[in-house]
Amino acid sequence: MAIISRGFSGRRSGADAKLPPGQYLTTDFPVLSAGPTPNIALDRWEFTIDDGRNVLKRWDWKSIRDLPTDTIAVDLHCVTRWSKLGTSWEGVSLDALLAGLRTDLPYAMFRSYGDYTTNVPLKDVVNGQAWIAFKYDGRDLEPEHGGPARLLVPHLYLWKSAKWVKGMRLMPQDNPGFWENLGYHIYGDPWREQRYSEE
Amino acid sequence: MTWRTASVVRLRDETTTARTLALEVHDWPGHVAGQHVDVRLTAADGYSAVRSYSIASAPSADGLIEITVERLPDGEVSPYLTQQVTVGDELELRGPIGGWFVWRPEQVGPIQLVAGGSGIVPLMAMIRSHVSVDSTVPFRLLYSVREPGAIFYRDELRALSNRGASLVVTYAYTRVTPKGWPRPAGRIDRELIANRTWPSTHQPSSYVCGPTSFVEHAADLLIATGHDRDRIRTERFGATGERK
Amino acid sequence: MNASMNYLDGNAAAGELSRIFAVDLTSAQGQCANCSAKKSFAEAHLYMQCPGVVARCALCGHVLLRLVNVGRRAFLDLRGMTYLRFDTAQ
Repeated sequence: MAIISRGFSGRRSGADAKLPPGQYLTTDFPVLSAGPTPNIALDRWEFTIDDGRNVLKRWDWKSIRDLPTDTIAVDLHCVTRWSKLGTSWEGVSLDALLAGLRTDLPYAMFRSYGDYTTNVPLKDVVNGQAWIAFKYDGRDLEPEHGGPARLLVPHLYLWKSAKWVKGMRLMPQDNPGFWENLGYHIYGDPWREQRYSEE
Repeated sequence: MTWRTASVVRLRDETTTARTLALEVHDWPGHVAGQHVDVRLTAADGYSAVRSYSIASAPSADGLIEITVERLPDGEVSPYLTQQVTVGDELELRGPIGGWFVWRPEQVGPIQLVAGGSGIVPLMAMIRSHVSVDSTVPFRLLYSVREPGAIFYRDELRALSNRGASLVVTYAYTRVTPKGWPRPAGRIDRELIANRTWPSTHQPSSYVCGPTSFVEHAADLLIATGHDRDRIRTERFGATGERK
Repeated sequence: MNASMNYLDGNAAAGELSRIFAVDLTSAQGQCANCSAKKSFAEAHLYMQCPGVVARCALCGHVLLRLVNVGRRAFLDLRGMTYLRFDTAQ
């Protein structure tokens, strides 16, 4: 039983906002990273979709920025328990990127510059649920927050929103990514508090 | 390693933003200079935060340790420890932690200490340990701070360096210097290392501590002036000085 | 070394590691499985501002060790090191 520290409450605020279980509201934007911030030159940036054998689609920075974008306001929920509400992003929806692509592979592994990976069912990144985002709060996304572009899948814990995203591999099974293979939940729904793996 | 209860027995301000807390720790097993403790604070609703703080005091048998905490403007724990804690409050801590960044009196000298800001804390434990055993191993300290008001343990360092040759202290100021200071404000550089630290030919053991960018810079300078990489030990605090 | 300097070193992880290791890891020597560099664990670059502890080789950036403490369980991945050498003389 821990000793309660007289008068300590930490950085948190606002207990009345509707938050997923176990989350606290924050007004700042914590930077969490498992590695160094990659330095990605825009003239070498690309995002590819492959199926493990063939590259199905590829965009460079110019071609992805030519696509129509959405500007959205979403809540972020990090598994380390902070939540930030009403954040504003601009990006290309995964629906636009997957348009015209036919596949029966039901899962996707997103990978980032650096060595980060995270897995998401394909059905969770379509129908207006996911974006490749390059603007936060009206400004170019900062490198420490995943710039030039990151994945944004706000209905899942924020570790699924891979920073510095560079590609998506369609796969037949739900293979675990960087954190999913070390104790974190394979799916990660904050509203069902799916933080950790069930095993 | 279990969490132990510690009572705050004394508070002392080191600067306008840093405070030393003297703690009586239940069943304290003793420590070696350079080690740190993890301090855990728990709010009434169970939310907890853990931060690491270097032990500032020399090893002693009385179960008392000191930590020096710098208040960070956006800190979560340091404002509490430097402004809200009072004598008699209890904290939880875990330790002593670390076996690499330590100085033991049995080590042969000479010793070069390089501190950036709050990186002075574990090095001060080494200096105090050195004093407490009347060691004759020669110590040099290069202590880089933003401005004169940011120096921790100023009076004690002055007294110790006046006492004799076994501690020589050099200050470097990065933003504001004292009036008439011969060296303009700026980061430590190769010239300062060459003039004020043990030459590599003396084969010192070096300890460098401070924010990550300071440590990388200082270690690079030592290596560039011929010091053996294997004789340099480093401890990095966060970019803001707080080690989480 | 990387420009963003958003890392600590092995000393910072010693407390968390003490929850599962009975010995101090910081003075153990490890060999990176990627570039074969041999360094003390204290010199690894530590990323702790994330859902776990990630230690990377100071030279090549390869992940040496990952630790996740989730409630009552801990998960440890040591694949990034060929070995860890401990001094058991004490």
